[in-house]
Amino acid sequence: MALIITKDNFEQKVLKSTKPVLLDFWASWCGPCRMVGPIIEEIAAEREDIVVGKVNVDEEQELAAQFRISSIPTLVVIKDGKITNQAMGARPKAQILALL
Amino acid sequence: MDHIYDMIIVGGGPGGYTAALYAARAGMKTALIEKLSAGGQMALTEQIDNYPGFEEGIEGYALGFKMQQQAERFGAETLYSEVTGLQLKEAIKTVQTADGSYQAKTVVLATGANPRPLGVAGEQACLGRGIHYCASCDGMFYKDKTVMVVGGGNTAAADALLLSRLCRKVILVHRRDTLRATKLYHSSPEQAENVEFRWNSAVDALRFDEEAFRGVALKNLQTGEVTNVDCDGVFVAIGRNPATELVQGQLELDPSGYVLADETCRTNLPGVFAVGDVRSKALRQVITAAADGAVAAFYAEEYLAERME
Repeated sequence: MALIITKDNFEQKVLKSTKPVLLDFWASWCGPCRMVGPIIEEIAAEREDIVVGKVNVDEEQELAAQFRISSIPTLVVIKDGKITNQAMGARPKAQILALL
Repeated sequence: MDHIYDMIIVGGGPGGYTAALYAARAGMKTALIEKLSAGGQMALTEQIDNYPGFEEGIEGYALGFKMQQQAERFGAETLYSEVTGLQLKEAIKTVQTADGSYQAKTVVLATGANPRPLGVAGEQACLGRGIHYCASCDGMFYKDKTVMVVGGGNTAAADALLLSRLCRKVILVHRRDTLRATKLYHSSPEQAENVEFRWNSAVDALRFDEEAFRGVALKNLQTGEVTNVDCDGVFVAIGRNPATELVQGQLELDPSGYVLADETCRTNLPGVFAVGDVRSKALRQVITAAADGAVAAFYAEEYLAERME
């Protein structure tokens, strides 16, 4: 299961993570987010070497603003507390894995 | 020959999954290859009110999922991968994907269509940061702001209406002097107080800097005059382009780029069919895509039977 990331656990689970983090910014009303959701869960189940987190932009508006999210889904890869890659829009699994 | 499918369908929208349903029910060994998830463009539609049988309407994503479940109930397989190449000319056709190659006696192209870009400089750079193609996805980020909708069809009208409820102001830009949208869609954006119309106009250039998206330069197509119009974001709804990259040079296309296939869905290559939005046709709807899927499976079955003789 992908972790649910909030502003309260963001620092601990994302910034201080020793593993690379894949974040999925999403919302329940967004069609492409629902398309990409199962792929994100699949990656979370398969990859123990990374942390996979989901950020609900409705509930976590501060985090969404911090990442300047203006289109969802947005996928962000964070390594050692820094953004190393990001991509907007739903995309196939292979392309998501390539972001890492 | 067990590993050769009777039919491989490329694309999991309503056309693809209806072909899968009919083919599987006809006893054909059927696989459907989808890169993301079932539904295609339909899955991005909030509510579908014109597919009969759902009197209260149904979410596009939910309908896609139902179509997939129904086809799989009869043995159709879904393979999640991106198709990277198609060899369609031989009797046994090859479908290359990111995860390996598959072979099939018939191929159904159900790749659909993608939003057409404005085609102005900087569009790619502003993607998701001022330029958007999905109002129901990204409209929320422009709450109480000023946005522009470009286009005059049903999508543009529906987008303008949706955004008028969220945004401070919506500027609808269309190259003609009236909406092309169906009557049903007309009245509401025209009645909304915060929708402003810019007729006979087109986006000439995007204005943005490091900081933010600023707006567009708008050209009046009658006078040629160009004026700056400020807005926080632009939603592009000027039609769609058929997804035919995989069949360029193999299948005949009409002048607009859609795959040429008549009501039998047969293309110029034996055993290759085109269904849904990618096919040259008059009306692109969920139900006409589904109808194509049924027809293609019927003629594919006939094609296989003839080859057996």
